[in-house]
Amino acid sequence: MSIINKIIQIFFVIITIMFFHLTNANAKSPDSNITKMNFSFDGIFGMIDKASARRGLQVYTEVCSGCHSLEHVSYRNLSGIGFSQDQIKEIASQFEVLGEPDAEGEVNMRKALPSDRFVSPYKNANQAKAYNNGAIPPDLSLVIKARAGGASYFYSLLNGYKDAPDSIDASNGYYNESYPGHIIAMPQPLYGEDVEYLDGTEATVEQETIDLVSFLTWTGQPELDQRKSMGFRVFLYLIFMTGVLFVSYKKIWKRVKAGLI
Amino acid sequence: MSNKNIGSGVINWIDYRLPIFSTLKHTLVDYPTPRNLNYWWNFGSLAGIFLLIQIITGIVLAMHYTPTVEGAFASIEHIMRDVNYGWLIRYIHMNGASFFFIVVYIHIFRGLYYGSYKSPREVLWWLGLVILLLMMATAFMGYVLPWGQMSFWGATVITNLFSAVPVVGTAVVEWLWGGFAVDNALLNRFFALHYLFPFLIVGVVILHIVALHTHGSNNPLGIDKKGPQDSIPFHPYYTIKDLFGLSFVLTIFAFVVFFAPDYLGHPDNYIPADPLKTPAHIVPEWYFLPFYAILRAVPDKLGGVIAMISAILILFALPWLDTSKVRSATFRPIYKKLYWFLVVDIIVLTWIGGSPAEGHFILIGRLATIYYFAHFLVLMPLVGVIETPKPLPNSISESVLKKSIKGVN
Repeated sequence: MSIINKIIQIFFVIITIMFFHLTNANAKSPDSNITKMNFSFDGIFGMIDKASARRGLQVYTEVCSGCHSLEHVSYRNLSGIGFSQDQIKEIASQFEVLGEPDAEGEVNMRKALPSDRFVSPYKNANQAKAYNNGAIPPDLSLVIKARAGGASYFYSLLNGYKDAPDSIDASNGYYNESYPGHIIAMPQPLYGEDVEYLDGTEATVEQETIDLVSFLTWTGQPELDQRKSMGFRVFLYLIFMTGVLFVSYKKIWKRVKAGLI
Repeated sequence: MSNKNIGSGVINWIDYRLPIFSTLKHTLVDYPTPRNLNYWWNFGSLAGIFLLIQIITGIVLAMHYTPTVEGAFASIEHIMRDVNYGWLIRYIHMNGASFFFIVVYIHIFRGLYYGSYKSPREVLWWLGLVILLLMMATAFMGYVLPWGQMSFWGATVITNLFSAVPVVGTAVVEWLWGGFAVDNALLNRFFALHYLFPFLIVGVVILHIVALHTHGSNNPLGIDKKGPQDSIPFHPYYTIKDLFGLSFVLTIFAFVVFFAPDYLGHPDNYIPADPLKTPAHIVPEWYFLPFYAILRAVPDKLGGVIAMISAILILFALPWLDTSKVRSATFRPIYKKLYWFLVVDIIVLTWIGGSPAEGHFILIGRLATIYYFAHFLVLMPLVGVIETPKPLPNSISESVLKKSIKGVN
């Protein structure tokens, strides 16, 4: 009898978990075609492919940064994907930011420093709107975390530009089979050979997209590598501790179970 | 109250004047606990520990957080990127809220199954429900603080519910907002209250424990202790069992925190709040989904709000709605089945709460809502009268001893 009860209980726990998973999946899959991709950072042991992320920075800088900001990331953070301090200084110095007031109170432009945030393509939100038909192109710092489907969605989106079917009027934008609603304001950004990779990798659309996804996964979760390696150790430790405590529990309870106490 | 010899000289000296040590000893060491508690009894202490985890991580987060509409979102990203182990602290706090609800819901369902709300534990049950209400308020306000899209629109939807109050509705909503829209004033007060409420919860938890220790824990058999042979001291027997349970749950918790920290959250909350752009589906956090489903099941706004609030308030009347004298569902063949129907019903409500309010979801939501109330208002009082409970064992120790002899054979 008690075994049947236990089976029923476990059954309900599993059903509950399944339901939560389904409700979550419901909330996370809008009407769009997402190709489930395998990325280097998937799974418990997955880490950011740093070489790929560095190439992704190049794609961002040469293509995306024309319209999209990266406001939560500083140049100094680039050490996280393997850039040296000197390289970071050099990258930052290619951009200009509004400086601090000088002794006379004048504010001049100065070269960006590693401590500065990635320079936005716009002076302010109004300029961003004015340049883009009234809509601000989303900031890309958190874009992978902020979209249902995450990295796979982002990959599918960049590869999802197709000719619009006759039934759909795409005059307000561009047809994209992975975008919820299918009409997206952003024109196809990557066609292949959009950048000339410094490390000599061939810049196919596939390669560029994967690199950009690596880079933007890192900008959204710069802690990812540290989190997973720490998580694995914490997890092992807790399993060990749970085992020790279980054995202690059984030992301490032995006399109670035998009816001696 | 104060034992003469509780520890060393200084401790005795203090305890004679303020019986803090003897009270702690009485509560955590000597407390006579039924010897037959199963694992479902682990969740009370687990809830207490998750409350502590939330308070500690929350205080650290508050040190780095900026409660303004301009700064809130960026300050969360500052915590995630620049504060040492800020990502860990925030992910623990975020998922800690979910786990707090998981353990508290299991704790409540355990009480429901074993009749822990029945005499003489009615006030204990009420205090628990007060904790649940405070938790819900705290979690809701906490979810608003990152000022993402779901924060903003969740706050807008929920605060707007008060406009359903006849006559004074609009005035009440504007009073809550501190203005004419969900804006800085609301974020500020939510932050202040989100910091305050956990300490109120601590206060009610202390009362909850005092009430618990007045008549002692219920047990899976639902019968009263007949003598000292029925109970064992809390320490070391339940301290070690609770520690084992804690370690087990923390292992699952760590897995979520480190490997799927955003799984339970909504991606839209990583988009900064935009009052001009409504998300496609506004959904609350998973732990509010059954209540959200009940809210939406009623076609009338005020009716929906009343139904949602009643769904919790009805639990306060449980000690009288349940007409059976037998506590544990183990000895109640019909009620036991109904209990699992209720569990399924609430899972269905959770699913409906997370689905868009359209098509057959509406019908399922309404049926599940009706069943929820029918369970408490019709079935529960009825079953208590018509059901013939199985014979109760004479005592806890007798039942346990039989089992262990069976086990030997």
